[in-house]
Amino acid sequence: MKQMLTVANKEFHDGLRNRWLVSITLIFALLSVGLTYFGAAASGAVGVASLSTTVASLASLAVFIIPLIALLLSYDSFVGEQESGTLLLLLTYPLSKSQLLLGKFIGQGGIIALATILGFGASAILLYVQLGDENILSAFGLFIFSAILLGLSFTAISYLISLSVSEKSKAAGFALITWFLFALAFDLALLALLVGVEEGITQQGLTQLMMLNPADVFRLVNLTGLDNSEVNGALAVVINAGLSQTQLISALVAWVVLPLTLAIFIFKRKKL
Amino acid sequence: MNTPLVSLVEAGKTYGQLEVLNSITMSLNEGEVLGLFGHNGAGKTTMMKLILGVISPSKGKVEVMGMAPDSKEAWHCRSKIGYLPENVSFYEQLTGLEVLTYFTKLKGFSNSKAKKQAIGLLEQVGITYAMKRQVKTYSKGMRQRLGLAQAFIGEPKLLLLDEPTVGLDPIATRDFYKTVDQLKSNGSSIILCSHVLPGVEQHIDRAMILSTGQLLAMGTLGELRQQAALPVVIKPISFKKGGLHGAVAQDSKLNTFLTETCQHTLMVPEQEKLAVLKQLLSLEGLDDIHVESANLEQVYQHFLEKHELDLQKQSQGGQD
Repeated sequence: MKQMLTVANKEFHDGLRNRWLVSITLIFALLSVGLTYFGAAASGAVGVASLSTTVASLASLAVFIIPLIALLLSYDSFVGEQESGTLLLLLTYPLSKSQLLLGKFIGQGGIIALATILGFGASAILLYVQLGDENILSAFGLFIFSAILLGLSFTAISYLISLSVSEKSKAAGFALITWFLFALAFDLALLALLVGVEEGITQQGLTQLMMLNPADVFRLVNLTGLDNSEVNGALAVVINAGLSQTQLISALVAWVVLPLTLAIFIFKRKKL
Repeated sequence: MNTPLVSLVEAGKTYGQLEVLNSITMSLNEGEVLGLFGHNGAGKTTMMKLILGVISPSKGKVEVMGMAPDSKEAWHCRSKIGYLPENVSFYEQLTGLEVLTYFTKLKGFSNSKAKKQAIGLLEQVGITYAMKRQVKTYSKGMRQRLGLAQAFIGEPKLLLLDEPTVGLDPIATRDFYKTVDQLKSNGSSIILCSHVLPGVEQHIDRAMILSTGQLLAMGTLGELRQQAALPVVIKPISFKKGGLHGAVAQDSKLNTFLTETCQHTLMVPEQEKLAVLKQLLSLEGLDDIHVESANLEQVYQHFLEKHELDLQKQSQGGQD
């Protein structure tokens, strides 16, 4: 346990030193404050938009940017140390592979979690001060919580990449492809399936397919709570199918735990 | 007799079809320094990894402090083992002190003690002046010293050093060997892995020569010399004009030892050494005499060449 915290502490400080925390927090804060104020600009007014519009637009932006940041932050976690030789050295220490992996996860996950809380929390407070609505805090609470889970999920996924390749540049390439598949291609494929194939897929089936992508689960978590009028497209269909919030959150948690377990498994069989 | 600290019994490692290490049997006692020599790809690093428990043997048995190093029980022993990998570049953006404190903590030291210990070690390897600087500003020699400091954490019972003197200047090399001798007198066992280096002979108790995964020879330098039966080089020197050459060449016994390439050098088998020396001393006009036994490098060359000849013979035998 102590060794694990030592690793976590080092990774967290690396995140601070490399300005990751500051930059991510800044990006999140700018995005959310900007959207909060100018989200309604399309309808001709500048000012604080309605709560559901804000959360909806934040969620659709976060779904692209959080996975990208998480992948960038940790794609070289293992392959980088392998290239520099410190991974082999660390494994001769009284430190098990799972301790090392979980330590890294706690440290880098901590950076993402803290940045999410600070960045998006800023606009929650701003909105609350402006509108004084209690609902804001609970809506943002859920949004921030699910955003953290999304970040952790992609951190775990990037560990899978980092442990499966032997060169840093390859890991970077795979991270980019992974991001493209989950954030963009998956939804396009679903849409094609929905529109192109007649009688091809039931509403139930679509919902189940969406569980295969943590980014979609995150979207569902944040849109089911809102007025249906704000949401359209494939998502609306799924929302009507009605999965409970608890189920969705559990799916997101599973998307953190499963890749992490698989990463430990791969690490244990990895040839050094 | 007490049990050896490290023992390998017919241990071998294969990666798929490739046999990297082939049935090695050896043991290392407490307070013993073993030199492990071989070319690149001879299996030195693989053998170290087996002893460290980072990989498991494909066959045979490896025991360190009475336990299989890749097992769970051996876990706590790891804090008593120091390792310097061949190519390691530490976290570039951290300072030397931060790197060493991190590794010290991972060896099980508490936060408060870790820093003190780290500073002590940096002092020992002589880079305290740069400990607050980032590792990326370090020279090759400073990085190597940092690596050594890392291996010395917690006064290890067993040290495995892969090419420890690469990049060290002569003074640092001398300091390094001083530390090795000191650790040895404290009862630590050390495996020094290297290409053959001048100056390593005085510091090792035994040498082990590996090539393409096979153990070619193992023993003290004296034993290896005997096995190799390499001749002693004797050079009689005369400052006078004309010199001794005539006298040596005319002597029917001495001229058998004369080498063809160098007219002033005699190659004498170890057992004839004294007789030849006595005879040379009786010659007139002798001013000085150089006697050189085969050094580690020559012994190493001898075993490698012999191994290569054996391999050639084998492959020819296979063709016939």
